[in-house]
Amino acid sequence: MTIKIKNLTHVYSPNTPFEIKALDNINISIDNGEFIGLIGHTGSGKSTLIQHLNGLLKPTNGKIEIDDDDILSKSVSLKKIRQKIGLVFQYPEHQLFEETVYKDISFGPRNLGLAEDEVDLRIKEAMEVVGLEYDIIKDRSPFDLSGGQRRRVAIAGVLAMKPKVLILDEPTAGLDPKGRDEILGQIEQLYKRYNMTIILVSHSMEDIAKLVNRLIVMYRGKVAMDDTPREVFKRVDELENMGLALPQITYFMRAFKEKVKDIREDVITVHEAKKEILEYLRRN
Amino acid sequence: MSNEMVTIKNVTFEYTSAEDDKIAALRDINLTIQKGEFVVILGHNGSGKSTLAKLINALLLPTKGEVFVNGLSTLDEDKIWNIRQRAGMVFQNPDNQIVATIVEEDVAFGPENQGINPLEIRNRVDEALKIVGMSEYRKHAPHLLSGGQKQRIAIAGVLAMKPDCIILDEPTAMLDPLGRKEVMSTIKKLNKHENKTIIHITHYMNEATEADRIIVMSDGKISLEGTPREVFSQVDKVLSLGLDVPQVTELAFTLKKEGVDVPSDILTIEELVMSL
Repeated sequence: MTIKIKNLTHVYSPNTPFEIKALDNINISIDNGEFIGLIGHTGSGKSTLIQHLNGLLKPTNGKIEIDDDDILSKSVSLKKIRQKIGLVFQYPEHQLFEETVYKDISFGPRNLGLAEDEVDLRIKEAMEVVGLEYDIIKDRSPFDLSGGQRRRVAIAGVLAMKPKVLILDEPTAGLDPKGRDEILGQIEQLYKRYNMTIILVSHSMEDIAKLVNRLIVMYRGKVAMDDTPREVFKRVDELENMGLALPQITYFMRAFKEKVKDIREDVITVHEAKKEILEYLRRN
Repeated sequence: MSNEMVTIKNVTFEYTSAEDDKIAALRDINLTIQKGEFVVILGHNGSGKSTLAKLINALLLPTKGEVFVNGLSTLDEDKIWNIRQRAGMVFQNPDNQIVATIVEEDVAFGPENQGINPLEIRNRVDEALKIVGMSEYRKHAPHLLSGGQKQRIAIAGVLAMKPDCIILDEPTAMLDPLGRKEVMSTIKKLNKHENKTIIHITHYMNEATEADRIIVMSDGKISLEGTPREVFSQVDKVLSLGLDVPQVTELAFTLKKEGVDVPSDILTIEELVMSL
């Protein structure tokens, strides 16, 4: 499944004093099985952009093509698009509403008109992927679970739709480090095992550096950079001027290079840094 | 006069779940925070951090034990407004804390409710906005500001109440890197220059490295306490509590395991560069 964003512009409240151009001529092409990070300052247009990908917002100009079909043309069913492109909003646990975890996750697949045993199978599978034990959790009220568990119930609800593309808007905001690592690990599994296309919106440069293979940087409604994380994180001054930052470990390697010269500085994870430093110590 | 800003004595807090079970969010906590201290509270989700913060602000009252703010017990109903004026609170989501349509009116909301005279309010609002570096935005609409700016307005609103102590419950969780930086430098300034006692709850370990003291909560208890160096040097323990250490601390830890001669209590980039 390929997504093509073509000349996309979005203006909020057009022709009023509050007119704001949230997206300005965006062109992005996303292939099947990519793991993309989307970063940018608050108000850079990230959330506006992802809401276009499943037709929640309509472009002011330009279009979105999924497998070469314009998603807003009359022949395309938005319902089908929304099933294929799953969107997990910020703080998705605020949208839980059913009495039990089971009912909440079943809401989407039931609306697809699936048979009960298929719905049941999908709930089991989705709960397994996000690490919730089916027998123990299914009959509990979502409101009695911890914050991290509630968030995983919400993500399971989207996964039960069996989307091909999963877009997550800051899925780890407000979670403790362990909860964060668990959810990120599960997202990585979706990419590796289920070959899903993943678009991850995040403010955590450390997380992004560990996971994605392509990084898109938004700035004031435009795509400012689109490259591998390693290449993007070389552009320190530009990133900082956009209100962004490098992972702490990259700042460290840059400072260390100033001291010893003979070492790579384009290191973006702790694991890489360890390898580099051990090699450096062996050489010297 | 006592130097204690907050005293928590044998405090247990229980709430009732949907199934009518009694659940203890805090169990027999004892904690003293001195005036002028910068304390960071860490802990997994559900460890009781936020409950603790709300007890200090008298938003919650202890099931057992007692909480004192500047010598006043939160159980004393007559003193609740006095306590809330002394210990102001800033929450995670800036959008839930802003009430007015103009920045300076929002900052004035607290003192107006206290019945302060208008001239004094004017002075307080100007001063508070100056401290958080938002004076030039005083006539702006809050909803058009960035996340970091909104959080600084929320902090100014608390400052205008002239508190001695500010409790911040994950104020940076929803912010981008620049917003986090803005809020953190504001918090440090309040502590160093305005002499406010700071109680800062966060999941970002980097924000904890400059605190005077870190308190780690786990399952309703205080499980670790000390200076950032004392706490983060216990990498295995910190990880087992579902937390994390700063990336440079983690790197030093893994290098040491490989036999490299580095100290085990590295906290900053500069320290690690110096010791390698």
